[in-house]
Amino acid sequence: MSLTNETIKDRLKAKFGDQVSNFEEPYGLLTFETPKDLNLKVMQFLFDDEELRFQFLTDLTAVHYPGEPGRELAIVYHLHNLRDNIRLRFKVFTPIAQPDIFTATQLYAAANWMERETYDFFGVNFVGHPNLKRILNVDEMTYFPMRKEYPLEDQTRIDKDDAMFGRGPGGIVSPMDEKAGPSTVGQAGPLNTADAGGATSQETRAGQGADEVKH
Amino acid sequence: MSVEHHIKLPEGSIEKTTTTLNLGPTHPATHGVFQNILELDGERIVSAEQTVGYIHRAFEKLAERRPLYQITTLTDRLNYCSSPINNMGWHLTCEKLLGVKTPKRVDYLRVIIMELSRISDHLICNSVVGVDSGAFTGFLYVMQYRELIYEIYEEVCGSRLTTNMGRIGGFERNFNSSVWEKLEKFMAEYPAVLKEFENLFTRNRIFMERTIGAGPINAERALNYGFTGPNLRAAGVDYDVRVHTPYSSYEDFEFEVPVGSTGDCYDRFLVRNGEMWQSLRIIEQAYRKIQDMKGAEAEVYHADAPSYYLPPKKDVYTKMEALIWHFKIVMGETEIPPGEVYQSVEGGNGEVGYYLISDGGRTPYRLHFRRPCFIYYQAYSELTKGSMLSDAIITMSSLNLIAGEMDA
Repeated sequence: MSLTNETIKDRLKAKFGDQVSNFEEPYGLLTFETPKDLNLKVMQFLFDDEELRFQFLTDLTAVHYPGEPGRELAIVYHLHNLRDNIRLRFKVFTPIAQPDIFTATQLYAAANWMERETYDFFGVNFVGHPNLKRILNVDEMTYFPMRKEYPLEDQTRIDKDDAMFGRGPGGIVSPMDEKAGPSTVGQAGPLNTADAGGATSQETRAGQGADEVKH
Repeated sequence: MSVEHHIKLPEGSIEKTTTTLNLGPTHPATHGVFQNILELDGERIVSAEQTVGYIHRAFEKLAERRPLYQITTLTDRLNYCSSPINNMGWHLTCEKLLGVKTPKRVDYLRVIIMELSRISDHLICNSVVGVDSGAFTGFLYVMQYRELIYEIYEEVCGSRLTTNMGRIGGFERNFNSSVWEKLEKFMAEYPAVLKEFENLFTRNRIFMERTIGAGPINAERALNYGFTGPNLRAAGVDYDVRVHTPYSSYEDFEFEVPVGSTGDCYDRFLVRNGEMWQSLRIIEQAYRKIQDMKGAEAEVYHADAPSYYLPPKKDVYTKMEALIWHFKIVMGETEIPPGEVYQSVEGGNGEVGYYLISDGGRTPYRLHFRRPCFIYYQAYSELTKGSMLSDAIITMSSLNLIAGEMDA
């Protein structure tokens, strides 16, 4: 039980310097951020290091932040060191136009399906994944449904005002997004009304989503 | 004269020496809707490819539009063999985010419910392993006691399978006398039943020969594949969330973590049986602790969390503040503080995790479920490669694959 958040932080700092950043401890869980091309190196270090031994991948998922240009997708890893019983979480941010991230399947067999799921719902392209295809949705699907530009409810309905749930009309633009500048949220989806940011979205999504949502 | 072929056989199909078998999606032996495409050489499995997602219901997306208390019903439908554990796990996640501290009695009541669910979960799994190896008796015999557990659920929350049990902060009402009667009946009668169930299987020659060596996995591979729960412990790793990261006052209880060594179907069976005995122990301890409570402490069944826990109906009808709170909560108009939290509980199949991000709105910004089934099912092709078809069936049931949990 000797391993503490401080030790982990120091080891990471010693190895990667300022490239690992934004250290936090929400509810006691060490959280930090790495650049997208370093995700595998950091994971390999955490896995191999004599002291750290984070050899259990608890969870892997993604979060979509449409209001942060260039950092729209966050890939979140939860790792666990079972011997010292300590967990950590780290995040990798990637622009949505080029969501390429190195796969963790070489280190953790468990990452295989978790990455497929993340690809399925967010369109994160895991470079080097042996079998990156959809897992829970149908193969014919042309978009990534967990992205925020696909609101849950039929947008033609006018009797529902989402402001009630703290999200702004249509669940697209929250007050936070408006402050952050022009929205990069895509409007190409069949479910959207013509709100804001239609033009920018097409450009942002050109890389990954060129084949998306033609109807 | 050349013959025109109207039916084009797949390329190389004449030389094909293996048989393709679709096991599922609606095969009785899959015990749920998922598919295995098996490539068979005679009766030996050359390769297996799993397809999941037949009952995907987009819970994570739905959760982004629901206030916290409405998400409980989504968690029911993950592992529906032990819904209350998922419910409690979700409440614990919310309480962690909101900083709600629950009284000891609530923790113990939850422990009782969670351990009952664990018993009913393992009971189904183990008796179905029996069914798939040709022994139907055990399955029929133990159903009666799963029924008793479901009756206890019914007394506590009004439903049986998809329970929606408890609220953020505790329970919606105190346990009534009937719950305690039924629990006492269960504690008195179940040990003998479990013993008899074990006698039917544990040293049963046929059962042993069918399960020993079927679908084995070693500790290293199991960890690499993200196994948790009984399946990991059967491989010899004593990881149990209840011990490693105690929640709901599990640190107050004394129990053992049974482990196996070979990680095969037989060890998984033994580990689950062992866990049922330990669950009984925990239930008895919790029961005694609650019976020993006195005064006001012995009546409390929820925490003091006025912005998330509904006020008593009597107050709603007579007091304005209570009425306002009632409306605010029911309409989902209470703000969730911004934050990021991961909370896990030891579910029937392993570590059930909830990763919740709130941006300060009234619904989660993002909610992700760590579903143990989904994670360990990917090892299935490795577990069954080279084994007989009938072993693959047993392996499937002894992994306790629950389609609802897999597909979220």
